[in-house]
Amino acid sequence: MTALRAQGLGKKYKRTWALTRCSLEIPAGHVTGLVGPNGAGKSTLLNLASGMLEPTTGTIEVCGGVPGSGPAQLAKVGYVAQNTPVYPGLTVEEHLRLGARLNPGWDDGLARKRIERIGLDPGKAAGKLSGGQRAQLALTLGIAKRPELLLLDEPVAALDPLARREFLKDLMESVAEHGLSVVMSSHLVADLERVCDHLVVLVESQVRLVGDVEDLLACHHRLTGPRRDLATMPSDQHVVSAEHTDRQTTVVVRTDGPILDPAWSVGGLSLEDLVLEYMSNPAESRPALEVLR
Amino acid sequence: MTWLAWRQFRVPALSVWAGLAAVAVVLAITGPRLVGRTNYSDVDVLFTGTLLAVYALPVVIGVFWGAPMVTRELETGTHNLVWNQSITRTRWLATKFGVGVPVAVASAGVLSFAVTWWAAPIDAFAEKEDDQLARIMPEVFAGRGVAPVGYAVFALVLGVAVGMVVRRTVTAMALTLVLFAAVQVAVPFLVRPHLLPATDESVAITASNIRQINGNESGVLESVKVAAPSDAWVLTNETVDSSGTPVHPLPEVVHKCLPKPGSGDAFPERGTIGKCMAQLTELGYRQHLVYLPGSKFWPLQWVELGLFLVLSALLGWFCFRRLRHLS
Repeated sequence: MTALRAQGLGKKYKRTWALTRCSLEIPAGHVTGLVGPNGAGKSTLLNLASGMLEPTTGTIEVCGGVPGSGPAQLAKVGYVAQNTPVYPGLTVEEHLRLGARLNPGWDDGLARKRIERIGLDPGKAAGKLSGGQRAQLALTLGIAKRPELLLLDEPVAALDPLARREFLKDLMESVAEHGLSVVMSSHLVADLERVCDHLVVLVESQVRLVGDVEDLLACHHRLTGPRRDLATMPSDQHVVSAEHTDRQTTVVVRTDGPILDPAWSVGGLSLEDLVLEYMSNPAESRPALEVLR
Repeated sequence: MTWLAWRQFRVPALSVWAGLAAVAVVLAITGPRLVGRTNYSDVDVLFTGTLLAVYALPVVIGVFWGAPMVTRELETGTHNLVWNQSITRTRWLATKFGVGVPVAVASAGVLSFAVTWWAAPIDAFAEKEDDQLARIMPEVFAGRGVAPVGYAVFALVLGVAVGMVVRRTVTAMALTLVLFAAVQVAVPFLVRPHLLPATDESVAITASNIRQINGNESGVLESVKVAAPSDAWVLTNETVDSSGTPVHPLPEVVHKCLPKPGSGDAFPERGTIGKCMAQLTELGYRQHLVYLPGSKFWPLQWVELGLFLVLSALLGWFCFRRLRHLS
């Protein structure tokens, strides 16, 4: 089962490409983190997946259908946009009513239980809620519609660290309970580290890295040793980044095999380090790497 | 979806209805007193006021209902919320129109009906008098009958369409106002005269039908006007020569026998003018009259309503086309 499949996907705004040659596959049943610096194309990809935007080139398929192609497709995909928009003039209660009236699969019991647990006053206008409460309300609408795939665009960006942790914990509980797939974007790896088991790194409008978090961590190594020419590296070791001092060389490599050269001292990378290595070393013109299992 | 569309629309709708109710009360109180009089100079202010109210309602509908209908969602980002529920954008917009258009029709219909009823005695009196505004004349026409319903629907759809293009509420409101005003000025001058076949006749100028003699500052007589039916909207009233070409200024012959502006001459006898005009007729000059008689008032109203509904439908089609590319 594939939650999202893109092939040669590209989106151009007037003159600039927000996303180019994006080909990736996101399996269902995962929480996928979409990381990248600001302006890397994260929102564009999510907007394309939800059907808010139409691709300029290529194709995208979400839950087996074309995004935004009809009521059935819309019912399968939940989307909480950046800044978690809600109607300021409508009360919390009215938002639930909106959800119930516009979604055939609406789970009213779930929505009300969530609202109660979060402690939102149903009679309060959404415009008077705090940023965290607004995000929770928008998330509730997204979850109670019971989609197969939930897309979240920087859902925690406006929240303070405590609200952030609560929000993510709450999201994880819902994911576990209802078995939905999630793709969420953030420019902070720390937000995603705890909750994501799958990762997509976007840099400069291109996909730089896709894979399962555990696999990615297992096949990347930081090697430190005496200074050497990178051309002498074994062919199965792909250099992600390299730093040289007068006497020493530090490289981050990706390889499926073991590191056999005794000259290297081998260290692992945290997910944040790994992502930063990819983000700070701009894409050369070669296709994104994918972990095959 | 109807619930949501109405929930978002009810405040602007109720505000306008409060205004309409106030107008209705004034009309109901003053209306019955107007029947059977021959002098209406004391209700000039009310007459103009009610006319302006009918003029203003479509503008209010376009600017305050139409323009913000979509732009407000785009500005607050709530389109991201509502377009990701399980209904398509097309159905979303169709429902918004489905609520907005009938309310606009009802509002404009009720106001126009009330004002038309209120002013009926004045309009009937004016149709019999030469120097009064007949209801088919552009000044009054747009404030009577069924045409305002067409204006209201058009203004609403225009507001939505402009909003979809400029995407900013305030800009869309201003632009809607300007465009709608431009259409309201252009239609009576450029379009309405051609909607129905007008009565076209050519009459001899006589002492009894001549109504106006116009001259310029240097004393040249430029034109004369003859009487047309008092209930008609006169489109053309000009002197033509024997081949049918308009003459401007008037031929030399009349300069000798008609009073010149600023010459201090006393107003000549009817008989003198009669002789003068007879000379003109002998030379083959006649007066060309084109007008829409008062009997064309209702046919013209329905045609104008149809015209504006067709324009609204075209704009509506544009909105649905554009909707797919909004984000």
